[in-house]
Amino acid sequence: MSKAATSLPRTIGAHAVLLTYTLIALFPVVVIVVNSFKSRNAIFRSPLSLPTAETFDLIGYKTVMAQGDFIQYFQNSLTVTVASLFFVLLFGAMAAFALSEYRFKGNTMMGLYLALGIMIPIRLGTVAILQLMVASGLVNTLTALVLVYTAQGLPLAVFILSEFMKQVSDDLKNAGRIDGLSEYRIFFRLVLPLVRPAMATVAVFTMIPIWNDLWFPLILAPSEATKTVTLGAQVFIGQFVTNWNAVLAALSLAILPVLILYFFFSRQLIRGITSGAVK
Amino acid sequence: MGSLKIENVKKSFGPVDVLKGIDLDVKDGEFVVFVGPSGCGKSTLLRIIAGLEDATSGDVLIDGQRVTNAPPSKRGIAMVFQTYALYPHLTVRDNMSLGLKQAGTPTAEIDQRIAASSAMLSLEPYLKRRPAELSGGQRQRVAIGRALVREPKLFLFDEPLSNLDAALRVNTRLEIAQLHHRLKATMVYVTHDQVEAMTLADRIVVLNAGRIEQVGAPMELYNKPANLFVAGFIGSPKMNFIDGARLGETAKTVGVRPEHILVSDKAGAWKGTVIHAEHLGADTNVFLETEKAGLITIRLFGEYQTGPGATLYATPDAARTYRFDADGKAMG
Repeated sequence: MSKAATSLPRTIGAHAVLLTYTLIALFPVVVIVVNSFKSRNAIFRSPLSLPTAETFDLIGYKTVMAQGDFIQYFQNSLTVTVASLFFVLLFGAMAAFALSEYRFKGNTMMGLYLALGIMIPIRLGTVAILQLMVASGLVNTLTALVLVYTAQGLPLAVFILSEFMKQVSDDLKNAGRIDGLSEYRIFFRLVLPLVRPAMATVAVFTMIPIWNDLWFPLILAPSEATKTVTLGAQVFIGQFVTNWNAVLAALSLAILPVLILYFFFSRQLIRGITSGAVK
Repeated sequence: MGSLKIENVKKSFGPVDVLKGIDLDVKDGEFVVFVGPSGCGKSTLLRIIAGLEDATSGDVLIDGQRVTNAPPSKRGIAMVFQTYALYPHLTVRDNMSLGLKQAGTPTAEIDQRIAASSAMLSLEPYLKRRPAELSGGQRQRVAIGRALVREPKLFLFDEPLSNLDAALRVNTRLEIAQLHHRLKATMVYVTHDQVEAMTLADRIVVLNAGRIEQVGAPMELYNKPANLFVAGFIGSPKMNFIDGARLGETAKTVGVRPEHILVSDKAGAWKGTVIHAEHLGADTNVFLETEKAGLITIRLFGEYQTGPGATLYATPDAARTYRFDADGKAMG
């Protein structure tokens, strides 16, 4: 990098902007986590102060653990997220490979059709999806959620991955063909390892909306056995009384698994975002 | 080991005809080079031979067998790519052995073949390394080694030297030439560089706009170009083309190679002024604006003292002057 780009005032300026943004982005999260450790009165009296010996209270976490089956909710969320993620990555990568690798009639149209889902929110089709799930007897199953989230995640996955797969050298794939590798082995053994950063990027962008979603669990799988964490936390939000301790504690807990998954993907993610820009 | 026959191969991408009917015979053990400007279809033709691309019509025969519909791995070929195309996650040894493993070759034979070809290419010290730990020249040697262990009927090279720097290019060119002498294998080599074509080939196939312009030994193409395109493409610097009418000739175009022009500062056929002179040591290229023939290039051997503004007389070697008719075909 050149000297001018790393001069002190520039560095300070850049960091100031980034730090400000970080503060703004983290503020609500911090407020939630901090208040989840406080007693109910302290939450309302001084929502921004840190818990002291006097106000420290684990009542929220105790309520969460005592009421409902939160472990079950976590399991549900995790199952749905991981399964959807797996299918989005698998089918997205396969579709992207076909679109970028094979010449066939309607290739471009197919690509555009698959990318259309990026612009049209899947929630517009909720009524139809619900009818479909009722008709196929999938209401109140995790399968329903996995199917919907897979459909929801595919457009972006196909779009991003096909761009990356176009960059994989044709010669490499052809060398594989001459060595007698099947198209599947070329896909799994040669191409997928090379687009791993892109896969991580897609994984993170797919995972977070699924984990945070309240809409589809509420409509498609509200039963006790299939509740996800976000839906489970709603138990504490009543029409007249809301158990804020429990809500905040549940939300704080809900952050943890995504955070872990994110750390898992982040190293690859950074490479994915900067690849091309930084050689 | 392997002969190659191409019968009326045509290839279209949508409305664009890339190959317009190619017929070619390559004899067993021959080194044939496809040469032509970019977009002439030479790489497409090679890919059709390899089976990586389907011909729109026509047939490919390797060793007398029709392989038009056979997959690449069943054609008995091996290919070396411009970008090396080594598997980045495999070691040199695994890169070389993958194709054999895939074909179910016994391990002992794989080991023996790898030992033989890595010795031939002096790759032994690198067998355990990954491609990322090798230099460009070493990677290309591994790619050649990967082709070698397959013991193919036909070697295909797709501009294998284009990604190497100038010095390495000369070395690798020499290695490929030696390899051909030693193996006596049939090789088809694609390049846009006429120097590679001239130095390596037994026979050169000059392609232009999807057609074969001429097939022949290097010196045949140099001495007897069939048409304007071949005359202009083979030889460096390029042949001078002069409008026949200006010289009072019946031919549409008269061609004379820069090295077949005599120069004098006293008298000669064409008087002219030097525009620029390139001093290369071994030879000197003079660009001369003549009254009669227009701007011509002259190649003089050794050093020659001249510079812009000097007046020179040029005389073409009459025995080595080429004449082309209105269609660009060589006359008589």
